[in-house]
Amino acid sequence: MIRLQAIERRFAVGDEAVYALNGVSLNVEKGEYLSIMGPSGSGKSTLLHIIGLLDRPTAGQYWLAGKDVTGLADEERAQIRREKIGFVFQLFHLVPRLTAAGNVELPLTLAGLPREEREERVREILAAYGLSARARHVPSQLSGGERQRVAIARATVTRPEILLADEPTGNLDRGSGREVTGIDRVFGHP
Amino acid sequence: MRGADVLRYSVHALKGYPVRSVLMLVAMAIGVAAVVLLTALGEGARRYVTGQFASLGSHLLVILPGRSETTGGHPPILGETPRDLTLDDAFALLRSMHIRRVAPVVLGSAPASWRRREREASVIGSTADFQRIRYLKLAQGHFLPEIDPRKAAAVCVLGATVRAELFGPEAALGQWVRLGDRRFRVIGVLAPQGVSIGLDLDEVVIVPVASAQALFDSPSLFRILAEARSREDLSGAVAASREIIRDRHEGEEDVTVITQDAVIGTLDRIFRALTLTVAGIAGVSLVVAGILIMNVMLVAISESREEIGLLKALGAASGKIQLLFLAEAGLLSLTGALLGAGLGLIGVWIGRQLYPALPLAPPAWAMAGALAVGVGAGILFGVLPARRAARLDPIQALSGR
Repeated sequence: MIRLQAIERRFAVGDEAVYALNGVSLNVEKGEYLSIMGPSGSGKSTLLHIIGLLDRPTAGQYWLAGKDVTGLADEERAQIRREKIGFVFQLFHLVPRLTAAGNVELPLTLAGLPREEREERVREILAAYGLSARARHVPSQLSGGERQRVAIARATVTRPEILLADEPTGNLDRGSGREVTGIDRVFGHP
Repeated sequence: MRGADVLRYSVHALKGYPVRSVLMLVAMAIGVAAVVLLTALGEGARRYVTGQFASLGSHLLVILPGRSETTGGHPPILGETPRDLTLDDAFALLRSMHIRRVAPVVLGSAPASWRRREREASVIGSTADFQRIRYLKLAQGHFLPEIDPRKAAAVCVLGATVRAELFGPEAALGQWVRLGDRRFRVIGVLAPQGVSIGLDLDEVVIVPVASAQALFDSPSLFRILAEARSREDLSGAVAASREIIRDRHEGEEDVTVITQDAVIGTLDRIFRALTLTVAGIAGVSLVVAGILIMNVMLVAISESREEIGLLKALGAASGKIQLLFLAEAGLLSLTGALLGAGLGLIGVWIGRQLYPALPLAPPAWAMAGALAVGVGAGILFGVLPARRAARLDPIQALSGR
């Protein structure tokens, strides 16, 4: 499903070149669950950004579902993100003025689904994550754990083939971390 | 993303920042309202002035002594002194079948007095037809009698102001007033007429043309007013007037014939140009509103970098992001422009209540133009911010950098 070969991501800091990733090769099959661990600054987020087609490697090749996506144009990369990839960000990045339902609906709107179908799917997924009562609340009215579940619901509502989560519990305190049930449910791991 | 969704998302974004949105709306509304109001004023003035002239009768000819050269070039070296227009010239015009009636006009100024009261008054010497040609209304008595125009009858008709100032509350009819060194019996008083073609008819004393010639000791006419039989006869009447006078002036065309239509046409053009000018000046405020929208949107984009980054991460193409921001700019400017048009029309309505005589009305082109320029400026100035938003790098935008 995901195949990276000799991926390199170099940043220019002043005159110096700094490597966030250097020669990373990796294979992830469909249905596989992969956890990447490492100290802060080791390039975990950069790797996720490249896999999620938000960033481009400076060298190496990337095949997604058998297709070389390394040199794709921006528009095609956006289309793949829309159709195949779900993101859960460390800071959740919920739109503050949209309700929980509105946030979850966003990727469906971008995909161009009709309104009735969107509302139906949002209702279903909010119920699945125990957020039905919170549908009309804006992020500032939600707890940390609820926000995370909204973020996960948003990442999975399009039924993506790939779900990328960048330290999804990193922004929660211990209590909220325990409250998290979304990640467990999606990945089947505690 | 569907069109309706783009609109809904933009409306939601605008509602999310009410102060910012209202400020931009107000800027655009003021610009459009300014265009509507100012062009309504210009158009009102145009209609007022041309209406005033049209009320004099649309088939009026004015024959002036002297030829006004409109073709340019140097004046003749050997001076062509125009011949004066005479009473005979005036009545010769009646030979044309296109001309129904003529009124010779002598104009001068003389002290008018009654008992101890005296004032300077414009004295018009003419004939009975002057009343018909100029549509004069009488308040009292009757107009100049139908007599031989060469006969200097000692009668006069007073303008409303002259009557009021000389006689006050006393009856004027039948009294003798002194004009210069002559005495005239008041046989009529004009109803208040107001200013018409630069002459305040309330401030005049009208006497028979021969009396005025005697009073000013001059046989020449100030001008001849002639009325064509109909609008269709107008051009024939102009040609005939020129021809008849040329024949009488030894083949020299030394008069200028002005038609009411030409005067109205000229005034019409002048006022249209004036309206266009004020529209242009007011249009600048629309551009200013557009620039304000651009500034505020640039600020909005830097404030919503995270959201833009998120939309990109969720798979929104750059074109869509651009469209979202253009839709915001378009919605704002359209709403603002419509609001401004409404405000402008309310202003026009208030103006009409305050000054009923002035037919205030914004021309249709100004309404359409103001709306189009307003919305156009909003969208045009929205392009730069929208492109900037579309170019944001999603990772940097998400991290707030």
